Amino acid sequence: MEARIGIRNTKSVIFKGIIVFFAFLITLPLIIILLYIIKQGAGQVNWHFLTNVPAPVGEAGGGISNALLGSFIMVLIASVIAIPVGMMAGIYLSENPKTKLAYYSGLCVDILQGVPSIVVGIVVYFWIVKPLGTFSALSGSVALSIMMLPIVIRSTEQTLRLLPASLKEAALSLGVPYHRVILKVIVPCGFAGILSGIMLSIARIIGETAPLLFTAFGNPYLSTSVTKPMESLPHLIFTYATSPYDDWHNLAWGASFILLMFVLVLNIITKLLTRKWKVQL
Amino acid sequence: MFVKENPKFVENKRLKLSNSQLKWETIFRRILIAMSVLLVLIILGVLATLILESLQSIKSLGIGFLWGKVWDPVSNVYGAYPFLVGTLLTSFIALIISVPFSYAIAIYLGEYNPKGWLSDLLKNAIELIAAVPSIIYGFWGLFVLVPIVRTFEMKIGVAPYGIGVFSSSLILAVMIIPYAASLGITLIRMVPSPLKEGAYALGATRFEVIRSVIMPYTRSGLFAGVLLSLGRALGETMAVTMLIGNTSAVANTIKDAIFGPGNTMASVIANEFTEADHTQYLSALIELGLVLFFVTVIINLIGKRIITRFTNE
Amino acid sequence: MESTIVKAENYNSYFGDNHVVKDVNISINKNEVIAVMGPSGCGKTTFLRGINRMHELIPNATSKGKILLDGENVYDMNAIYVRSKIGMVFQRPNPFPNLSIYENVVAGYLLNGLKISKADKDVIVEKSLTSAALWKEVKDSLHKKGTFLSGGQQQRLCIARAIAMQPELILFDEPTSALDPISTSSVEALFHELKTNYTLIIVTHNMQQAARVSDRTAFFYMGELVEFDDTKKMFTNPADQRTQNYITGRFS
Repeated sequence: MEARIGIRNTKSVIFKGIIVFFAFLITLPLIIILLYIIKQGAGQVNWHFLTNVPAPVGEAGGGISNALLGSFIMVLIASVIAIPVGMMAGIYLSENPKTKLAYYSGLCVDILQGVPSIVVGIVVYFWIVKPLGTFSALSGSVALSIMMLPIVIRSTEQTLRLLPASLKEAALSLGVPYHRVILKVIVPCGFAGILSGIMLSIARIIGETAPLLFTAFGNPYLSTSVTKPMESLPHLIFTYATSPYDDWHNLAWGASFILLMFVLVLNIITKLLTRKWKVQL
Repeated sequence: MFVKENPKFVENKRLKLSNSQLKWETIFRRILIAMSVLLVLIILGVLATLILESLQSIKSLGIGFLWGKVWDPVSNVYGAYPFLVGTLLTSFIALIISVPFSYAIAIYLGEYNPKGWLSDLLKNAIELIAAVPSIIYGFWGLFVLVPIVRTFEMKIGVAPYGIGVFSSSLILAVMIIPYAASLGITLIRMVPSPLKEGAYALGATRFEVIRSVIMPYTRSGLFAGVLLSLGRALGETMAVTMLIGNTSAVANTIKDAIFGPGNTMASVIANEFTEADHTQYLSALIELGLVLFFVTVIINLIGKRIITRFTNE
Repeated sequence: MESTIVKAENYNSYFGDNHVVKDVNISINKNEVIAVMGPSGCGKTTFLRGINRMHELIPNATSKGKILLDGENVYDMNAIYVRSKIGMVFQRPNPFPNLSIYENVVAGYLLNGLKISKADKDVIVEKSLTSAALWKEVKDSLHKKGTFLSGGQQQRLCIARAIAMQPELILFDEPTSALDPISTSSVEALFHELKTNYTLIIVTHNMQQAARVSDRTAFFYMGELVEFDDTKKMFTNPADQRTQNYITGRFS
């Protein structure tokens, strides 16, 4: 009996060892990748890098200003589209969970979350690029906003669902109309959760390349025109990384470093936000 | 009364305000409904566009498209088989590699060490893996992973391409670990304490409790997590496009299929969409997109349904 | 007489097909404190919520009949307007967590975008908090959020918030059932002070509370208004056998 227990205990210890090993092993590739990007890319970043467009082949120097501006503009437009639509849909879903529309709409949110980003890109190509006759920042923004929607909707819905019903009742009983109850009481009380959902969705789309391949396309020059092609950070990385030129590879490393930093900072801010601004209920 | 104005005047102002507020209430409710309807319209629109634009290919190639082994745009021959193989190979190899890691993380953070600084560190690391954009995985993979794989291939005696299905599967494996892992953590934490305590009281070791109580309890949920990881893998484009070598021919042997170049549905669309100069070509590519859409959506929905059923019990 | 403030005429409430409040006829006078009591599920809360049209906010909730406020049927009036004219205090204190104490008191104005001068607001805040017996305790922390207040204090804040809207009628839905005994007695003492300026209708599942605070008491049973009379008479010599059973604790 003693021996049996001994064997079983040993098995348990070995098992734990295997689990711990595998669990922490996965941090290895993460660390290697992060360190490599930082090593290759941090050195590229200087004022010149951030304020100039890429140099033609053969010329040294150049920068990623077109991609920086492009990403900024397209993320901005995508947010302007996706945030109101996403919040309104999220509010509807949390306020009317038992209706047929809520069921089908919720189903579509789930479907949208699973649609590959390249498919969104193709579809927006036919919706906007073809009719307009040109690649454009607008089509890129629309594609990105479609990808933002599921995240904004679900986080809004889940945040609002957690709020107690008594909050709404108190406001309604004072003679406050429904839209003001939602916009001035419910949404502000859920602000932290909704904002973190928005920030997560932004962190997601600044790194998306596939939806932009056939919509915003890319542009070697600095551009602010919504109806012309526009460069973006991930697209620049793709183009220049797969090119045969070392100079362009360097640009891509620098851009990767910047992109990585943006994503990291957004994620950290989101974490701090949810921790600090949780409204005490 | 508090306010200094004539009370009747205040009453009338209030009544007028309430009347206009009623109107805005209705408008607001209608906007909420409209936004939810918009979502349905988007999905229907995506589906409609995909079907419409691939109609030509569907009509002319029929169902044989799915097992057509040749993809030759120059001769106007289109068959999806090479890409189905590429997609399934990369996804399943990635799954097989990633699942042990996902489960290990889920068991460690769900059962062994759910709280504390080490656990937070690991959790943040997992979230970080999911946050890194796929283009960066692809870029790193191209410059670091591929040479390593090339050396490895030389050692085991296959053609040392470096790029190919194998490298793509490796990078994909890393990318999809967080999906099954985070779901697994939530599920394992949901196992009721009384269940575990009962087993411990009978003298079970930690390993035995995990094996005989936790695993069976969470089995369907963990399977759903695997499905979600699979759904993610199937739709992944950029990292795979950069590492897979973009060959549309079907390999002769399994060894070549795994260690040689290939293409997935997503990567061939990414590579050839802008080159498609005639409608037959474009239509065939869109049809691939349609297949990809259905496959990923169905797998994701099944996974989500299992999860809601599990969390509602 | 002209001192009637609320009158229900053949009032019925439904949740879908469920007939929850059956044919209630009741007349309440100004500056009375009315207790509404009865066992769980008797319809007393549903009836209360019918008065300020909160009942219809629940999906599938409907009603028939009239409820007259100062002679006008509230169901013919603008619902938002009705709710602004009638104050309500709920079972669980629910001050708005994102607003300060000051802002909570004038929330009825703030949230509606009604513009009042700072001077007027200050007056409203002080008067309402004083009427709710809370002014002394919070006057130095008006601009803090109300989350540090005790349950009893939060409930009095909610009462102040209702009073600030200058209603004639204030409805209370089991206002002390979530409070400890000390807070409960401070709120009950408040009822006595409030009746000089307001009419109070208090739903309670606590018989002793009904006996303590009210002028007249209404007894509901299975959706019907069984008896409505002077509180003293109701508790010493009830007219209906069901009332007698309830008071003696045959069911609760």
